[in-house]
Amino acid sequence: MKYVGGVDVGSTQTKAVILDEDGRLVGRALLDMETSMITVAQDAFDAALENAGIDQARVVRVAGTGYGRYNVSFGHEQVTEITCHARGAVSLFPGTRTVIDIGGQDTKAISVKPDGQVGDFTMNDKCAAGTGRFLGAASYALELPLSELGALALRSQNPVRITTTCTVFAESEIISHLAKGILPEDVLMGVHQAITSRCVSLARRVGIQPEVTFTGGVSRNIAMVKLLEEAVGMKINVSPDAHFCGALGAALFAREHAFGLGVEAPAAVAAP
Amino acid sequence: MSTSAADPTQAPEGAVPEFNAQKEGQRLFKDWYGGLEHAKERGQYVANVFVMGNAVEILRTFDFQLVFPEINSLQMGVRKVSEEYLRDSEDYGYSPDVCSYVKADVGLILRQQKHPAGTIPKADIAIVSNMCSTFIKWGEIWERMLDTPSFVLDLPGQRGSSWRVRPGDAQHMADAQWIEAQFRDLIGRCEKITGKRFDMDRLAEVEDRVNRMVHHWNNVMALNRACPAPYNAMLDGLTYIGIMNVYRGTEEGVQFMRQLDEQLSAKVARGEGRIDNERFRLLFSGTPCYVSMRRLVELFESWGGVFAYSDYLTFAAGGMDAGELVYDTSRPLESLAEITALAAQRGLSNQFFAHERLAQQLREYDVDGIVFHGIKSCRFVSSGMADTRNYLTERLKIPSLYIESDLIDPRYWSDAQIKNRVDAFFESLQQRSGGAPGDTKIRLPVVGGPS
Repeated sequence: MKYVGGVDVGSTQTKAVILDEDGRLVGRALLDMETSMITVAQDAFDAALENAGIDQARVVRVAGTGYGRYNVSFGHEQVTEITCHARGAVSLFPGTRTVIDIGGQDTKAISVKPDGQVGDFTMNDKCAAGTGRFLGAASYALELPLSELGALALRSQNPVRITTTCTVFAESEIISHLAKGILPEDVLMGVHQAITSRCVSLARRVGIQPEVTFTGGVSRNIAMVKLLEEAVGMKINVSPDAHFCGALGAALFAREHAFGLGVEAPAAVAAP
Repeated sequence: MSTSAADPTQAPEGAVPEFNAQKEGQRLFKDWYGGLEHAKERGQYVANVFVMGNAVEILRTFDFQLVFPEINSLQMGVRKVSEEYLRDSEDYGYSPDVCSYVKADVGLILRQQKHPAGTIPKADIAIVSNMCSTFIKWGEIWERMLDTPSFVLDLPGQRGSSWRVRPGDAQHMADAQWIEAQFRDLIGRCEKITGKRFDMDRLAEVEDRVNRMVHHWNNVMALNRACPAPYNAMLDGLTYIGIMNVYRGTEEGVQFMRQLDEQLSAKVARGEGRIDNERFRLLFSGTPCYVSMRRLVELFESWGGVFAYSDYLTFAAGGMDAGELVYDTSRPLESLAEITALAAQRGLSNQFFAHERLAQQLREYDVDGIVFHGIKSCRFVSSGMADTRNYLTERLKIPSLYIESDLIDPRYWSDAQIKNRVDAFFESLQQRSGGAPGDTKIRLPVVGGPS
């Protein structure tokens, strides 16, 4: 059996997946970013190989994606995470027409054509408001792990309104609310609502068409899922592998190219 | 008589060196800035003008040396020093949200008019109009900081979303009379400043030269309909439009445009393009990011994408691209007013009808996609882009990309983010055109990581 890999070098984490010849996801790994993007890409890839229990020699093609895609020095091709998230989302949920991806510093909305190609996309611009970083600021201010924020926010009865649009100032706004005696869950819900409002605004720019698939690390946050569903007025798709969606899309392109399965893949074959 | 073999390193006797638009453009710009530096010691009068709605034709008849503050500011961006000037103006108290052209100019004033291209003389008069709402405020800054008097030109613009100017109709003629009356006032002011009498024949001569420049300019614009496009509208085109503005109505300007027209015509006849392998033809809508324009063009050209057309080349040339805007030199002042009214109304209505204009240009230039560039410090040129983009994407199914930075403020340029968007746009265009991975038509960029 031959294998392919996809490595998504993002702003805060690096994700890697291994697919077998039939497209089955057989290995995955997630590492926090390090100073060297090249090292972390290799480390994540090695960890995914170990998770799959295979040797690198059996991997015939690797695609890099994310901001650090050109740092995947062992990669054969690079594709942007916009194209990869669309591809990955369609693979997880074939009916996907809209992708909302919330990562560590990027939020993007992608409209997907019926054939799985990117129709249009929009992203946050030079500002991390509405991204995972906003939750990171809340986590820091409340001294709570990121994984607990969603559940706590859902206990809120009287959410506050977070008015700042700046992630850095959000932290001081959170602290000032806490200082006034407002409950942490109400502050947290306000943070989640602020992110939702930003994301949905981006998604409306490309047009929200069902099905909507939520990808990226923030998709693991149950409050974000609930708020997004309320905002778009429909159930949204979330997969346990949504965090790996970009890496999965990259691996699917690698698979198609390695085994000549189609020509739908875009390819920037070298780094401009 | 002796004979000798011809020296291959020597140009044949009498041969004219080949016209190099870039070098000639640089030489003309250097001459212009040199002329400004020595204007006062030569006893010349100086006027500040903008690229739109500026009455340059009248000022030329009085031999004013012309300062284009917008061009001074963008030149700071091109020369990578704009941030220093911007910071000076912000230290002085200007908000980061204010137009970066204005702030760079304030920085210039705070540095005693020391521009990287030379010292800019204080103007004896500033012609400001309502073509941009900032112009009049900018004129007030000069009045306060430099004691430069403003002459405000009120150019009647848009009257409603469905209203269009029709050349020769009663409204147009009334507007032209209103403008002509202001021109007569301006002539009086110029006579007072310079001590010279206005010469109508000289105005006709200037207009004749503008007509000839516009003739060649229209040809140059049309030549880029050829495939491959002979020049990049957002790199080479920016030099061309600079000459159109700074040398408007001069013999040097006519000469440059004529040579450019001839050179590009020959290039088209030979089938030569700006790049070796043109894969995608694009339209750029909006104002350039002068501080990173070369980099932006690089990002597009690495994918084989060339900007065949830009609406910037229309509105920043004062609307002088349309063939009908030709001065009638037998009635110079009236004609100047009539054409100024038309050009102003086109410029001021470009947000109402941008979608129709762009749709036409998309067809004429056989464009594959459109790139909108929003300006952080100028909402005026960016606010209508969402409507236009929606129309073109939804109604005409034209792929589009929206990127945002600034005119000359490098702090708004994020290379990784812009590159990501550009790459994703081309991946989408490539999928749309049925491109396969490793397609040999792709012009491969240099390997070695992001630059």
